[in-house]
Amino acid sequence: MLAAIGVSSLQEIFDRQIPEDVRLRRDLDLPAGRSEQDVYEHLRELASRNVSCEEEISFLGAGMYDHYVPALIDMLTERSEFLTPYTPYQPEISQGGLQVMFEYQTAISELTGLPVSNASTYEGPSAVAAAGYLAKLHNQRTRFVVSAGLHPHSIQTLRTYAHGYGMDVVEVPLRDGVTDSDAWAAAIDGDTSAAIFAQPNFYGAVEDAAALSAAAKAGNGDGNGNGAAVPAPVVICQVDPIALGILATPGECGVDVAVGEGQPLGNRLDFGGPSFGLFAAREEYLRRMPGRIAGQTTDVDGRRGFVLTLQTREQHIRREKATSNICTAQALNALAGVVYLAWLGRRGLVELGELLLARTHYARETLSAIEGVEKLHSGPVVREFAIRLDADVAAVRRRCAEQGINAGVDLQALTGRPEDAGGLLVAITERRSRADIDRLAGVLAAAVAAERRTAVPA
Amino acid sequence: MSILDDNHLHADPGIESHHPVTHAPSNGHSNPIGAVAVAAGSPTPLQRQAARTIFQKGAPGRRAFQCPELDVPVVDPEELLPARLRRGEPARLPEVSEPEIVRHYVGLSKRNFDLDSGFYPLGSCTMKHNPRLHERAAALPGHARLHPLQDPERSQGALELMWNLQQALAEISGLANVSLQPSAGSHGELAGVLLSRAFHEDRGETRTKVLTPDTAHGTNPATVTMAGLQVVKVATDEHGGIDMEDLRAKADEQVACLMLTNPNTLGLFDPNIAEVAEIVHGVGATLYYDGANLNAVMGLSRPGDMGFDIVHFNLHKSFTQPHGGGGPGSGPIAVSDRIAPFLPVPILTRHEDGSFSLEQDPEGSKSIGRLRGFQGNYGCFVRSYAYICSLGGDGLRDASEVAVLNANYLLACLREEPVGEHLPLAYGELCMHEFVLSGGPMKRTLGIKTLDLAKRLLDFGFHPPTVYFPLLVEEALMIEPTETETKETLDSFAGALGAILREAAEDPTIAAAAPFTTPVRRLDEVGAAKNPVIRETLT
Repeated sequence: MLAAIGVSSLQEIFDRQIPEDVRLRRDLDLPAGRSEQDVYEHLRELASRNVSCEEEISFLGAGMYDHYVPALIDMLTERSEFLTPYTPYQPEISQGGLQVMFEYQTAISELTGLPVSNASTYEGPSAVAAAGYLAKLHNQRTRFVVSAGLHPHSIQTLRTYAHGYGMDVVEVPLRDGVTDSDAWAAAIDGDTSAAIFAQPNFYGAVEDAAALSAAAKAGNGDGNGNGAAVPAPVVICQVDPIALGILATPGECGVDVAVGEGQPLGNRLDFGGPSFGLFAAREEYLRRMPGRIAGQTTDVDGRRGFVLTLQTREQHIRREKATSNICTAQALNALAGVVYLAWLGRRGLVELGELLLARTHYARETLSAIEGVEKLHSGPVVREFAIRLDADVAAVRRRCAEQGINAGVDLQALTGRPEDAGGLLVAITERRSRADIDRLAGVLAAAVAAERRTAVPA
Repeated sequence: MSILDDNHLHADPGIESHHPVTHAPSNGHSNPIGAVAVAAGSPTPLQRQAARTIFQKGAPGRRAFQCPELDVPVVDPEELLPARLRRGEPARLPEVSEPEIVRHYVGLSKRNFDLDSGFYPLGSCTMKHNPRLHERAAALPGHARLHPLQDPERSQGALELMWNLQQALAEISGLANVSLQPSAGSHGELAGVLLSRAFHEDRGETRTKVLTPDTAHGTNPATVTMAGLQVVKVATDEHGGIDMEDLRAKADEQVACLMLTNPNTLGLFDPNIAEVAEIVHGVGATLYYDGANLNAVMGLSRPGDMGFDIVHFNLHKSFTQPHGGGGPGSGPIAVSDRIAPFLPVPILTRHEDGSFSLEQDPEGSKSIGRLRGFQGNYGCFVRSYAYICSLGGDGLRDASEVAVLNANYLLACLREEPVGEHLPLAYGELCMHEFVLSGGPMKRTLGIKTLDLAKRLLDFGFHPPTVYFPLLVEEALMIEPTETETKETLDSFAGALGAILREAAEDPTIAAAAPFTTPVRRLDEVGAAKNPVIRETLT
């Protein structure tokens, strides 16, 4: 090979190209390479020092949930033909992946009731920020109004991005567990680029999405942004896709852009990623959408086929005028998402939603009946709820963990909000049976009682 | 009626890059290397399968999922969730059995080309082998079913893995401070530009411009705009490096940052890199390294030693996270000490007792904030960490050396007859891990375009190179073989290119109408953009 190249040594290739002053003339200071078997053992040992949902009864949620992932998803996502290709730049040999995107877009439009979906973005909170950028491009205004019920990671991510593209973020507080409708209406004005809330919200409560959308567009003509001196802001909703089996869709509620964390749809927890972000909108925002979109077409012989389309939005064509810098994002995770939705099926998604609704209600009632535990709010909850403990949350959680129960998320530790002191966020999936919930109730009751005794010596 | 019932979208002024070719090849033409071309009119088995989506399969009531029994007391539905908050009609998801789902998606998989099936010399994408060990390790429940909000004391294994990966990336880049958080290269770029901006703001400076070479990936300028800054293009000199005069003219105190890929998208290591760094630092700006091409220099040269302040890595390129048909990826960043205070939170911290935690607001932080939920694409960290453990420091250097050797060998093969005269090297003599040929002479002498050549390669069982990029090369073909390909594969690829060019010399209409053997043939991209149909019509 060296002779064909016309050099006398491999080093000559580098010597002729890399200036001496930037050559690394020593070995990298890294451990020596190891055999496959040794590396496996090392990674298994690291895994063994994590307590996963396999090893405890976990009520953790707050954006990612321990749903059952059917075995067929593992089989499909491990297939070489889905696992190892690059982005479908050559559509003739990428019809499988492109059709998956097309099916995924169809499923997301069905879930959200919105007519256009992209082929996925990175994950939930950054999808919120990307939707904010869409609004900024759309109306060039200066402010985002966000509900405090948006996931704190979404608010923080939006702030990071918004500082970049020069926008302010104004937070609207909650009242009785949901977005304060008076404060919401008062905060939205002619400078408001987008009004953003979550459904269900971070604390588990179901928002009146239709009312929030209408309020955001009120004083702006007919409620659809028509006939007003000042067009309405873009209404953005972060959704939980599992809850959309039973909750009114963003489309029905007047939402313009729906985004969300896709992990609950057939994706592993993976300590936080990779998952995917869903992103759907009304048609008027199609040309501002970030990311890939697959479209249907025909080949020269008239066969149905699929291609990446509307690429004039994208960075590789439009460069600095692109609607986003995102490339293809999470194709394999989106595949898991659409396979999961097909596996659940038309009825299964509703049945799952109803089961979670009933168990979540049961869990909230059961836990809030414990001495020293109260509901944080009393409105409807569908898969997650917040309670307040009259005891130190961290200490109570530690006591529960010793009994093999992960009681949920310490609210204040995640949000940093003073009003969240004592808060515990409890998530329910189909893997958490009534027996598990009863077990949590028993362990939590004992832990709270013990901590109250410790805190208030007789 | 739902708004989804109307599946007609209004025309978008889409400008797609290529028009499809509609004419068939001349009939009965003999193919120089055998039965690769299938004459139009005799479709392959895959071509005879009409594409039907999962939504067009199944039957009412059919299903795969079995819902767990309702094991809690029945409560009035209105009390659980008032009707006004409920969904009216169920989402029209498929109604299919498990065997149907499996056949459907396995069938779709067969309509994909993939790295495990053949050579994939896609320039700038680093399509190296994906070891299956990584999938096995990432699937261990201790990794795969670990909740992102698990307490630090009960996720020490994961945090240690992240720490070790950070240390390795710091050593490879020569920049000590790492954040694994960004989700992809494009996300890492955004982090980098925001960091640069925060660095200047902290010093009371408002800088508005970012310099990028005209060879840059499209993500670079798109990122700059998203970060609220303006792009200023720097020209390329006749050797393919940065035009130093142009750089000197444009580097002023309004410049926040220079974004550079080195080796660049032409596969060339910029010989003036030290001087570039001096000029950029001289006006108080930062230097950003797009790590897309890191596979050329691991263990050989480090961005930190070249003077860069900020680097992003593509774990899905250099560190063999599988590309997944377009994601997931992961785009960690490494930065110099002066940029470190601005890194995104949470910050992974190692304590004196050897334990780890994630700090939301560490002391001395002037963080730009958070870029996404939780702590990043951990599943990708597991795979890339496994890769680094397998190779070690020497192995990483070997990987880069062989990647460069393979690229130069393939380049040498392609300079021979009959390829060299039609597809000359655009810039330089040798290359790093990839090189760019120009299809301009081929277009003029043989009458086929780079697109035609790419499509004809599909019939030969190869994934084509990246085409029409970088933009400054006429009819560009960007070829990156990677280190995991054998000499035999490189030889056969060179042979295929030669055969296609010889064939084109005899009859250019064959390549112009290719491909013939793929599940579908050339697709009407213009029509797709003019009348967008982006979801299935449902009833």
